[in-house]
Amino acid sequence: MAVSIPSIKIAGLPATSVGALAEKILRVVGLPLAGIAMFLLIWHVGANNIETSLGKFPGPAQVLTQTQGLIVEFQEEKQREADFYARQEQRNAAMLEKDPDYKPLIRPYPGKPMFFHQIFTSLKTVFSGFFLAALVAIPLGIAIGLSGALYNAVNPIIQLFKPVSPLAWLPLVTIVVSSIYVNVHPEIPKSYVTSAFTVMLCCLWPTVLNTAVGVASVSSDLNNVSKVLRLNWIRHVRIIVLPAAVPMIFTGLRLSLSTAWMVLIAAEMLSQNPGLGKFVWDEFQNGSSDSLGRIMVAVLTIGLIGYLLDRGMLMLQRKVSWDKQAITR
Amino acid sequence: MKTLLELTQVGIEFKTPKGSFKALENVNLKVADGEFVSLIGHSGCGKSTVLNIVAGLLQATTGGVLLSGREVTEPGPERAVVFQNHSLLPWLSAYENVEIAVKEVFRGKKSRAEMKEWIEHNLELVHMSHALHRLPHEISGGMKQRVGIARALAMEPQVLLMDEPFGALDALTRAHLQDSLMEIQKTLKNTVIMITHDVDEAVLLSDRIVMMTNGPAATIGEILEIDLPRPRNRLELADDAHYNHWRHEVLAFLYEKQRKVEDFAQHAKKKNDTKTEKTPRMKVVS
Ligand SMILES: Nc1ncnc2c1ncn2[C@@H]1O[C@H](COP(=O)(O)OP(=O)(O)O)[C@@H](O)[C@H]1O
Ligand SMILES: [Mg+2]
Repeated sequence: MAVSIPSIKIAGLPATSVGALAEKILRVVGLPLAGIAMFLLIWHVGANNIETSLGKFPGPAQVLTQTQGLIVEFQEEKQREADFYARQEQRNAAMLEKDPDYKPLIRPYPGKPMFFHQIFTSLKTVFSGFFLAALVAIPLGIAIGLSGALYNAVNPIIQLFKPVSPLAWLPLVTIVVSSIYVNVHPEIPKSYVTSAFTVMLCCLWPTVLNTAVGVASVSSDLNNVSKVLRLNWIRHVRIIVLPAAVPMIFTGLRLSLSTAWMVLIAAEMLSQNPGLGKFVWDEFQNGSSDSLGRIMVAVLTIGLIGYLLDRGMLMLQRKVSWDKQAITR
Repeated sequence: MKTLLELTQVGIEFKTPKGSFKALENVNLKVADGEFVSLIGHSGCGKSTVLNIVAGLLQATTGGVLLSGREVTEPGPERAVVFQNHSLLPWLSAYENVEIAVKEVFRGKKSRAEMKEWIEHNLELVHMSHALHRLPHEISGGMKQRVGIARALAMEPQVLLMDEPFGALDALTRAHLQDSLMEIQKTLKNTVIMITHDVDEAVLLSDRIVMMTNGPAATIGEILEIDLPRPRNRLELADDAHYNHWRHEVLAFLYEKQRKVEDFAQHAKKKNDTKTEKTPRMKVVS
């Protein structure tokens, strides 16, 4: 149920289009900018007053420096990687000249993953977990939404597992993955599987519950239409129930994705999956004077990506949902 | 004329938390092929319940319904229903809403092209050809109801059941739809049972008006044969003595013989409530 939020009216402005435009610019651009400036100021002053064992808490300026540092580091590392492969190529070419039977050998670059690689890994992991969750949650939600009995049977279990933190699941998932996933594929490391499954376990529930509510609240009129047309079970679900529940399913998916992203960072920290969580953990262990600043960069990156993921889901939801009223911000 | 639909000793009891509630008792009615019957009665007397039993959406506890000599046990497209609040699928266009019905009913009987033609034909009957591809939220209430009627007609039902189809519309729109319905009736000669609470609508459209007593244990009180010649024109009928006689009969039944006593009691109570509470409570928007 959407509550329409009235737009802020600024008193005294004439109702001309110029006035309205100015008001709109102020509201859409001006106020957020003012908010950000205020935040930066408070952050700057606050940071200056917090002394830690690793020096002052990083303020906006240090974070900017660290961001540039990370970019430079990334570019240098890329250069080194390119050089590494170029040297191998040269050596292989030289060997081939001497001995035509020589089998060229390319060894992978042994460098450690950089910040930007870690962002990519995190995204890969979060989407894996999220898709697994959706794959389970949507059918489960439909089933319990259709059957009151099933809902009553499953609901206590959902309520029990819903509040469980990823940190509690992680040891169990780690051990289960180690014992089941034995033939480790080099492209799919154990830590990735562990993180993805932990994410899945934690982000199932919003989709399950919202889907179930969406399915259960299909109006009785529409159900009657289905009965009059004598739709069989499958067609009833496909023609009536699924489309009717789409807005709620997407509301659930959106909540699940933001949960997934939150959970992921914690999961990566502990499972040592090479993502943003591990980056934070490594910097924390590192304890150099740059560490706090770099962690702060990671924090802001995590926030920004989380925000972009949410916006992306919102756009998707707007596109597929027939009930524009059901979409909130 | 040949009897198409027959209700015999129909009664129903609902299980409620406060015990069982007998809504209908001894409802007997025969409807001839091609007849237009309206059901009228005070709100809550059991009109929708009768209609839903005929539709098969509710099961009678006693008695039963025969359609062409076969007992009605479940809903089906040969008893198409037009619901009060249109009940179109909000994510489908007018065309697609009719299409789902046509696809179900004529699967294997009509080719794709024939189906398309049939869908468009039915939407044309209700004057909706100009808005085939609009979504329900993009068209007016009257237009939605037109699409609902087209969807029901497209099922080629033996009986068309309508539960206050125009109840939610303004007077002008309602008049337009009534005219459309009469026009369609003239060509298709469907058998129709329509619930209404509008006396003029009942007299204008019906061959017979079935008037129900108040519940609980409601039943049929009186039946009026409206012998006004067709086609009927609302303007000419407005001053027609015969028309006004039937109008008067219905009003007399509703407001003298079946006066809702409790309504006055409730009304008085509401008045008192508003006295003690002058400012209306804020409506919670959620
Ligand atoms: N499913 C139900 N369970 C219990 N009582 C019902 C149910 N459906 C209808 N009733 C009761 O039966 C009576 C007739 O209802 P209804 O047929 O909807 O009236 P109408 O359509 O004439 O306004 C009402 O008193 C209503 O409360
Ligand atoms: Mg009713």
